[in-house]
Amino acid sequence: MRTDVLVIGGGAAGMGAAIAAAKEGVKVTLLEREEKTGGILNQCIHNGFGLHYFKEELTGPEYAERLKKILGEYDIDVVTDSVVKVIKNKKVVTVSCDGVKEIETSSIVFATGAREKPFGALMIPGDRPSGIFTAGVVQKFINIENRLPGKRALILGSGDIGLIMARRLTLEGVEVVGVVERMPYPGGLARNIRQCLEDFDIPLYLSSTVVEVRGKERLEKVVVAKVDEAFNPIPGTEKTFKVDTLVLSAGLLPMVSLVSDFATLNGTSGGLATSNIGQSSVEWLFGAGNSTVVYDLVDYVTIEGERAGKFAALYAKGEKLSEKIPIEPGENVRVLHPRWYSKDDGLTIYTRVSKPIEKAKLVIGNYERTLTNLMPSEMVVLKVPARYLEGFNKLEVSIKEV
Amino acid sequence: MVKKLVCIQCPLGCEMEVKLNGKMGVMEIKGNRCPRGYDYAMEEMIDPKRILTTSVKVENGDIDLVSVRTDKPIPKRLLKEAMEAIRKAKVKAPVRVGDIVLSNLLGTGANVMATRTVEPKKSEDFENKNEKDLKECKAI
Repeated sequence: MRTDVLVIGGGAAGMGAAIAAAKEGVKVTLLEREEKTGGILNQCIHNGFGLHYFKEELTGPEYAERLKKILGEYDIDVVTDSVVKVIKNKKVVTVSCDGVKEIETSSIVFATGAREKPFGALMIPGDRPSGIFTAGVVQKFINIENRLPGKRALILGSGDIGLIMARRLTLEGVEVVGVVERMPYPGGLARNIRQCLEDFDIPLYLSSTVVEVRGKERLEKVVVAKVDEAFNPIPGTEKTFKVDTLVLSAGLLPMVSLVSDFATLNGTSGGLATSNIGQSSVEWLFGAGNSTVVYDLVDYVTIEGERAGKFAALYAKGEKLSEKIPIEPGENVRVLHPRWYSKDDGLTIYTRVSKPIEKAKLVIGNYERTLTNLMPSEMVVLKVPARYLEGFNKLEVSIKEV
Repeated sequence: MVKKLVCIQCPLGCEMEVKLNGKMGVMEIKGNRCPRGYDYAMEEMIDPKRILTTSVKVENGDIDLVSVRTDKPIPKRLLKEAMEAIRKAKVKAPVRVGDIVLSNLLGTGANVMATRTVEPKKSEDFENKNEKDLKECKAI
């Protein structure tokens, strides 16, 4: 089989990419490993999506269905239940119920999303009983499969998914005894602390972590201790919670295993490094969404997906794209995306600070902007006008405390 | 008295300060970046309201649950009761986005609305597909 633009992943980024590529009049094929497109949106039944992109507050499934509807208006070959095993030199090998297939393409948009940091990565001492889940798995159990994970739960990690699951579990009658966060500040958005924890009087234990899990077959207790500045548990501060369920919300990792051996990764995000038009270090490979950097909002995922899809289509049509100049992280910048700038389109930078900063000055090229109340959990999104970027052969983003 | 609030109307999460006088009258609202924040702060002081999102059992659907939300915010104090009422509800597939699953929830004037499409189960197709797969496996 042959196509012009092959989009891998049918979530918020991939659907946006496929739509934008199809608008350029090229042949587009979208591969999705699940039965339906929509990605993680399908199980995110809470509201808060779409304020930027659809100018309306939607739930995850509604957002996905709106994109699906637009997708259906174009002549896009959507292939579901199909898993990509290999990407090599503009050729992709897929596996599905119909067997193993090879697809040749002119360009690829890589939009595989992120996966959750698993329990094994946390290296917590103790037993290995049942009853320990990632937040996304709990979300799928409750919202799609109509199952509850347990009766009494503790949540480790205060990322947005963890906070949202704290509320969801409470509403479904599971007792949530607390949320444990090893940083001295919450990992999720302030609004989620408010509406998911404070609304339900769920305690948040900051500068704390799980030091032990115990249980014969099913989880019986979890030991939590305070940590010092180097995240080492402080002896004598242990507190035991009798719970049958531990929910992990320890962060998301961009899924890059299919491309990591031939494309440059973004060291600040762990994702596929791309330019502002979504192009990676390999000229025919474009990337978008959480496989490049973990975003705060799905709206940005779709917007950047569209951009990558458009330029992947232009590349497939043989248009010459401009040289890209590198963008490096400077002072207080923990996460930075994109990592190159191409004059072919405007520059929107997505960045996270490495620590909370009350008042700061963000500098890139000749552009300066004063920002207040910066938190690592809240992504800074800034459009930088092209006139401030002229004459540079290298750019750096720095966030100086003032 | 000054109360600190975080706006939950959008992901910006504006940090607001609400100045109150002794009789719980709102004197001043600061920190909101849009009018929705102002309205939110006012309401938060009087009777906090929330959009409730949850799910409802579906009979004969290709999945067992349809996700739902209230089409307008309901008083926070009624969330538990609302969950109990919604738990008792059942719908039959097909369900479309926007279908009203429960109207006038607990007399709040809010309707419970489907937020996902659930198609009827294709049980025969599924069995046929299984048989076909089995045959193929045996052939291999």
